[in-house]
Amino acid sequence: MKRRSLFLNTTAIMGFIFLYAPMIALIVYSFNKSKLVTVWGGWSLKWYGELFRNEQIIDAALLSLKIAFISASVAVILGTMAGYVLSRFGKFRGKMIFSGWITAPLVMPEVITGLSLLLLFVAMEGLIGWPSGRGTGTIIIAHVTFCMAYVAVIVQSRLSQMDETLEEAAMDLGAKPSSLFFLVTLPLIAPAIISGWLLSFTLSLDDLVIASFVSGPGNSTLPMVIFSKVRLGVSPEVNALATIMIAIVAIGVIAAMFQMRRQAKLLGRQD
Amino acid sequence: MSIQTGSAWVDGSGSRLAKYNFLSKVNWGRFGVIAVPSLWLGIFFFIPFLVVFKISLSETAIAVPPYTSLLEWDLEEAYLNLKLNLGNYLYLFEDTFYLDAYLSSIKIASVSTFFTLLVAFPIAYLIARSKPTTRALLLSLVILPFWTSFLLRVYAWMGFLKKNGLVNEFLLSIGVIDQPLTMLQTDFAVYIGIVYTYLPFMVLPLYSALEKMDMTLLEAAEDLGAKPATSFFLITIPMAIPGIIAGCVLVFIPAVGEFVIPALLGGSDTLMIGRVLWDEFFLNRDWPMASAVAIVMLVVLVLPIMLIRNGQGKEEAV
Repeated sequence: MKRRSLFLNTTAIMGFIFLYAPMIALIVYSFNKSKLVTVWGGWSLKWYGELFRNEQIIDAALLSLKIAFISASVAVILGTMAGYVLSRFGKFRGKMIFSGWITAPLVMPEVITGLSLLLLFVAMEGLIGWPSGRGTGTIIIAHVTFCMAYVAVIVQSRLSQMDETLEEAAMDLGAKPSSLFFLVTLPLIAPAIISGWLLSFTLSLDDLVIASFVSGPGNSTLPMVIFSKVRLGVSPEVNALATIMIAIVAIGVIAAMFQMRRQAKLLGRQD
Repeated sequence: MSIQTGSAWVDGSGSRLAKYNFLSKVNWGRFGVIAVPSLWLGIFFFIPFLVVFKISLSETAIAVPPYTSLLEWDLEEAYLNLKLNLGNYLYLFEDTFYLDAYLSSIKIASVSTFFTLLVAFPIAYLIARSKPTTRALLLSLVILPFWTSFLLRVYAWMGFLKKNGLVNEFLLSIGVIDQPLTMLQTDFAVYIGIVYTYLPFMVLPLYSALEKMDMTLLEAAEDLGAKPATSFFLITIPMAIPGIIAGCVLVFIPAVGEFVIPALLGGSDTLMIGRVLWDEFFLNRDWPMASAVAIVMLVVLVLPIMLIRNGQGKEEAV
């Protein structure tokens, strides 16, 4: 028993090293004074300075944050509707189609989604004059389209784990369907909605392929700028940017862990 | 999708809530909640495929947009000409380049899915067997990279694998090699990139399958004299099969259409269909050809996956 777990533990630890070594190297080298990425020239914050003076990167980051915020918010509304239909509407004609319809974007390769949306926008512009040109608006539409599927799946799984007694109690007490949803169901599925929003925000912030297809000139998102910079080789500024993003995510995940632990403790006390 | 009023909405087996929603006469609300997301996806996800199909049957033209229209109205002769160009599809089958690209995408995706499974299994096993407190910590360690930028995680390997990168420096310093290896811009780097970026997708379903496993089964096997390796292959692996299948599907699907990883880590000879489509569109500006590549990819690679997934969904529902 012991010997086998030693073998599995060693391979598991090597797996964790595999997962973290490239990121740690990236973080360390973002503090490297030398421009040559392999030569260690001493500690320095030089590249962070360069990063914040690089207007192209800053503008792209602000644009990406704006797109991610709007896309995540719209995707949460549409995705919650879809998730609610999937788990609380019982059976209705076309439910199988609806469910396949909603989750189809999850299995679609990004290149196809991006190409087909672009061709749609071009065709619509020719037919009805909307959208005139491509840019922030078309990127948001594209991101909402693939993010709402993730939200729908998260909300649906939360709703199906939850028992219906609270909702049934509310309706026995005469709540209207709308107040039933907004006063009872919505607060109960709030954690799922928040994770759906965060996931959509991250996916939108991170998307290179679809945004490249549907964006217009002068509307480069952060991943598009990063991609054009690193395609030619390693860039110390991108190392600095990556370090900042990893730090933000790490803080977020650690905070979420503490929150979860606190909630678990509170629940434990109630029992 | 057929939208009907009346009792068609609910048949006898619907839940009480569903009936309540129906009985309360707010059918318009119910209709809206179904219709709004359906319409959005109809317009922005399904109609686009028809447009792609249409354009795949046109020819490139030096125009804005860069393709010919299928219908031409001949005013003098009062003819409506429908021109369908099947040349793009014929070309796809004539030029072995495209066939090679489809096959090589499937090969690269399958091999890397297998290696992802090999790397993920011990991690998932370790997490499932650890104490609840360390379990939460290890799980967040697996999930954390997933929340950071995919593009930057692929980029991290560029610095790691290049000729004067850390891996080569390390191997040179311990004397395993005396010449730096070319690892970046090879298929090897693409495999590493896929295994690395999709590892969490494999670990999580494996973990949830292994966590449900009844440990007393292993004890029973041991009592009956089974060697650890035997009970591993005869008990643990079979119990993990649902997780293995779910994880493999989650890794294979995005890997097969991958663009970023072959573009950054692969060499110029690394053929993957996502990259071929991208180049056809952005470099050759051949929109009809890119559309034909997409339609074939949809029919050959995506539809089978969707059908399998739907089949699984039905089985679970039963």
